[in-house]
Amino acid sequence: MNAAESAWIPLALSLKVAGWATLIDLVLGVGLGLLLARGRFPGRELLDAILTLPMVLPPTVLGYYLLVLIGKRGWLGAWLYEHLGIQLIFTWQGAVIAASVVALPLVLKAARAAFEGVEPQLENAGRVLGLSEAAVFFRVTLPLAWRGILAGLLLSFARSLGEFGATLMVAGSIPGRTQTLSVAVYEAVQAGQDGVANVLVLITSLTCIVVLLLAGRLLSGQPLRGRAAR
Amino acid sequence: MSFEVDIRKTVESPQRRFELQVRFTAQARRTVIYGPSGAGKTLTLQALAGLLRPDAGRIAFNGETLFDSGACVVVPARRRRFGYLFQDYALFPQLNVRQNVAFGLQRGWLNPRHDAGGEAVERWLAALELGPVASQLPHQLSGGQRQRTALARALVAAPRALLLDEPFSALDPGLRERTRDELDRLLAQIDIPLVMITHDPDDLRRFGEQVLHLRDGVVGD
Repeated sequence: MNAAESAWIPLALSLKVAGWATLIDLVLGVGLGLLLARGRFPGRELLDAILTLPMVLPPTVLGYYLLVLIGKRGWLGAWLYEHLGIQLIFTWQGAVIAASVVALPLVLKAARAAFEGVEPQLENAGRVLGLSEAAVFFRVTLPLAWRGILAGLLLSFARSLGEFGATLMVAGSIPGRTQTLSVAVYEAVQAGQDGVANVLVLITSLTCIVVLLLAGRLLSGQPLRGRAAR
Repeated sequence: MSFEVDIRKTVESPQRRFELQVRFTAQARRTVIYGPSGAGKTLTLQALAGLLRPDAGRIAFNGETLFDSGACVVVPARRRRFGYLFQDYALFPQLNVRQNVAFGLQRGWLNPRHDAGGEAVERWLAALELGPVASQLPHQLSGGQRQRTALARALVAAPRALLLDEPFSALDPGLRERTRDELDRLLAQIDIPLVMITHDPDDLRRFGEQVLHLRDGVVGD
């Protein structure tokens, strides 16, 4: 197998893992972001702090927490294995969980800020015009907040793509099954395959640059495709 | 038209604690609630519209109970069918004039299309001279056009009454008197009952068939 071929498999796996993780973070991040922006309950800032932990904790610590939770003898993992026969450790689904936990704060922070930036008076305007609360969310709040949320999602995608520590602990490094791009880089360097490592590193960097450019563009308020027609 | 209002509401923020305790019956077609800023005018209007839930009391419109803390009745804002003109107009910034006007007529979870139409929309766009700017976004409009867009948006669904929050305060002083004339004429034409809150004595002279003075959260005469 040449360098390009051995780069393709981990890249495809990384994209799959990052895609699923981003999808999970879309649902969790938007839901929790809305809760933190609008909810009035004791412990709100504590919840925010706990959900932000993955951003500052060492990924290995996070990986350890995940093993305690979803490992074969973990609280949730033992139950899943016993009742449903599901094993998450050493599977690509386990890598998805690791990546989505690590990247969640990025979506959550962006979504909370975006929702807090929506003028409450506009939502009130929707209410007096006959909209239900769900319709207010989809027709007023979300259209005004999506830009910030999308920027957060792109960052979370880039973060998931590069996730290493927690993924390695939860999913291991099984070539073709759980060996993602960043793990493959590590393995290639360890094995002295510099050619493979070079290709992998280049691909990772390029993908992340594209994602960051897109995110920056969204945050600066420019349209994605040229200027809007007037 | 008649509004029967007897409500209490305490609003607390780190900066201040404000007690609203208003009790009045508004029977004129045009009622103006007049008072300095910080007197609780907007809170009162929001309570009428259903945007603010009082701590206790009762609100009725033409005999229909909209809020009654004793009987646990709270009619939500969307079912009260009042038009509401916000002080800063609260136009949806990402929607053009036509979409803003059509907003309240569209059901479901999707906003009106760019070219949303219909008899009522066209009629109000024409009545308020918004035809030429129908495809423009709110930030591209003049102050007067913004106000007329907000007015069209409020009136298009044929509300039972119109609630106006300082309708002329966001306009240039030179434009206010002319806009007052226009609004006066328009409202006389469609014959809709209204409640206006203002701190401007000129509004009072023009629209105050019945005047309620609000000071420090309490209505006097």
